[in-house]
Amino acid sequence: MRSFLGKRAIASGVSLLGLIVLVFFLSRLTGDPTNLYLPLDASTEAREQFREMHGFNDPLIVQFGRYVADLAQLNFGQSLRQARPAMEVVIEAFGWTLCLAAVTMTIVTVSAIVIGSLAAFRVGGIFDRMATFFSLVGASAPDFWLAIVAIVIFAVNLHWLPTSGTGSVAHWILPVSVLFIRPFGLILQVVRGSMINVLSSAYVKTARAKGVRSRSIIFVHGLRNAMLPVITVIGDQAASILNGAVVVETVFGFPGIGKLMIDSILLRDFTVVLAVIMVSALAIFIMNLLIDLAYAMLDPRIRY
Amino acid sequence: MTDARILTEETPKRSGAFSRWLSMLWADKFAFFAAIFLLIVLLCAILGPYFLGDAANKMNLRGRNAAPFHLRHGIMYVLGADALGRPLLARVIVAAQNTILVAAAAVCASALLGSALGLVAGYSRRSAAQWIMRLGDVIMSFPSLLLAVIVLYMLEPSVANIVLVLAITRIPIYLRTSRAETLEIRERMFVQAAKVMGASNTRIIFRHILPVMLPTLVTIATLDFAFVMLAESSLSFLGLGIQAPEITWGLMVSQGRPYLTNAWWLSFWPGLAIILTTLSLNLLSNWMRIALDPTQRWRLEMGGRKNG
Repeated sequence: MRSFLGKRAIASGVSLLGLIVLVFFLSRLTGDPTNLYLPLDASTEAREQFREMHGFNDPLIVQFGRYVADLAQLNFGQSLRQARPAMEVVIEAFGWTLCLAAVTMTIVTVSAIVIGSLAAFRVGGIFDRMATFFSLVGASAPDFWLAIVAIVIFAVNLHWLPTSGTGSVAHWILPVSVLFIRPFGLILQVVRGSMINVLSSAYVKTARAKGVRSRSIIFVHGLRNAMLPVITVIGDQAASILNGAVVVETVFGFPGIGKLMIDSILLRDFTVVLAVIMVSALAIFIMNLLIDLAYAMLDPRIRY
Repeated sequence: MTDARILTEETPKRSGAFSRWLSMLWADKFAFFAAIFLLIVLLCAILGPYFLGDAANKMNLRGRNAAPFHLRHGIMYVLGADALGRPLLARVIVAAQNTILVAAAAVCASALLGSALGLVAGYSRRSAAQWIMRLGDVIMSFPSLLLAVIVLYMLEPSVANIVLVLAITRIPIYLRTSRAETLEIRERMFVQAAKVMGASNTRIIFRHILPVMLPTLVTIATLDFAFVMLAESSLSFLGLGIQAPEITWGLMVSQGRPYLTNAWWLSFWPGLAIILTTLSLNLLSNWMRIALDPTQRWRLEMGGRKNG
């Protein structure tokens, strides 16, 4: 187990290092932030002073050396946009996204597993066809479109829910429902496919022959064995929300990591971009570990 | 796009293959209508700009935000008009070209490059394989938004550059799939036999490994086509993709956003076009997963109940 963990950490660390180098140098290619932060009529001296203050005048390689030296002391730099430590800004936004991902994925997982297993129990039946078709429709809809259509219907016309922001439970309903749709469709398909395979296996037939109730066949005999591929997909989907549901967060004005990311990229807040990348890489690393642990728990044959 | 490729790919193999595939397509009604819809979209994409290019850009200020389902301004205005009075029906049809072109080019490029790299990574045991996989990890975790901004800033915002961004971000999918498949196939008996008989590496890869994993790759590519379309739409929606005056469906949705409360049709129709196209691709890829799998194909050839 320990050597497995070490190997994993090294591989991820190498990738993260490469990523940081790449992002550091490539993001500087997108232009000088000075013109974005100072007014148009700022004097040349003021511009020069701004660059001097934030160290944009030094050669790139010197800037990178300074960044790495700071990083070694766990100093992630200052946010240009908010004049606060970059890590503080990122952690704050990450908390919001983590909540959003947790709430959405819990609802998605429970409903996809229940509906998917029921659909697999009677393949080709009415319920199965409906579930398959609607999950496909859901998986095909672009989330920005769903988001704005939902805002028009529920916020603007019906006045049931707020259009954007955070604060009360009502603020969460629209973002969660829009985020819900695509992962739900995908996971439902995987649950269904995997359950169909498991339900046609010998031990399920035995259980049926013994007269075990169908509910416990589905949820006890079937589900546990059908869960392995499902967990992989759940992990992928959770990772994509953790990486920032950029569009949904932007449309609903949700102060999560996706919105932070796009704002920082557009305003050339390089330190925040790098901090976001590191935090989400760490989160995804931890999540992948949890998924591997879940594999081992579900299937005792898997050892690390 | 994709269905046309499948059909032309299969026809020369043996006579009657075309009608065999057609009847297998007919066996799954959803897939059949999906294929027909995709053909129509493809036709719009190819012919639309030639016939409707002018109509799509003709402003008619008296018809600003004209409501849909009226023939007052002519047949082109049946879906309404946008904020400059340009007919939405014509615009949706013309925008199909860029949307389909970008997605097709990105999918082809990433599929070719990704599966070639995956084959190498799976087939060779040297350290190159490790490097390719690490490269895949880096690409996978590189924020695609940042990539889009970098490309937009460094190069001109053009259709080709969006294709570049999307193609790069999708490489890991093919890389991982083809590597995993190669690792599995290379251990099979027929590959071992070919090796023992002294076949060269190129021959083993192209004659023995590639044909076995092609169905998987084609299915993934179809599914990915839908994904890339959505990704391009999201990028255009965020203002990082195709730039006006070029149009795509995603850009049209975003252009309609300010008028959402009083003219919902501006965003609704292009969004619907995206949904229907993606849905058709998903349905078709479901069908392909069965049709290209020799052990499952009987479900379609028998007709009748075939789900699962």
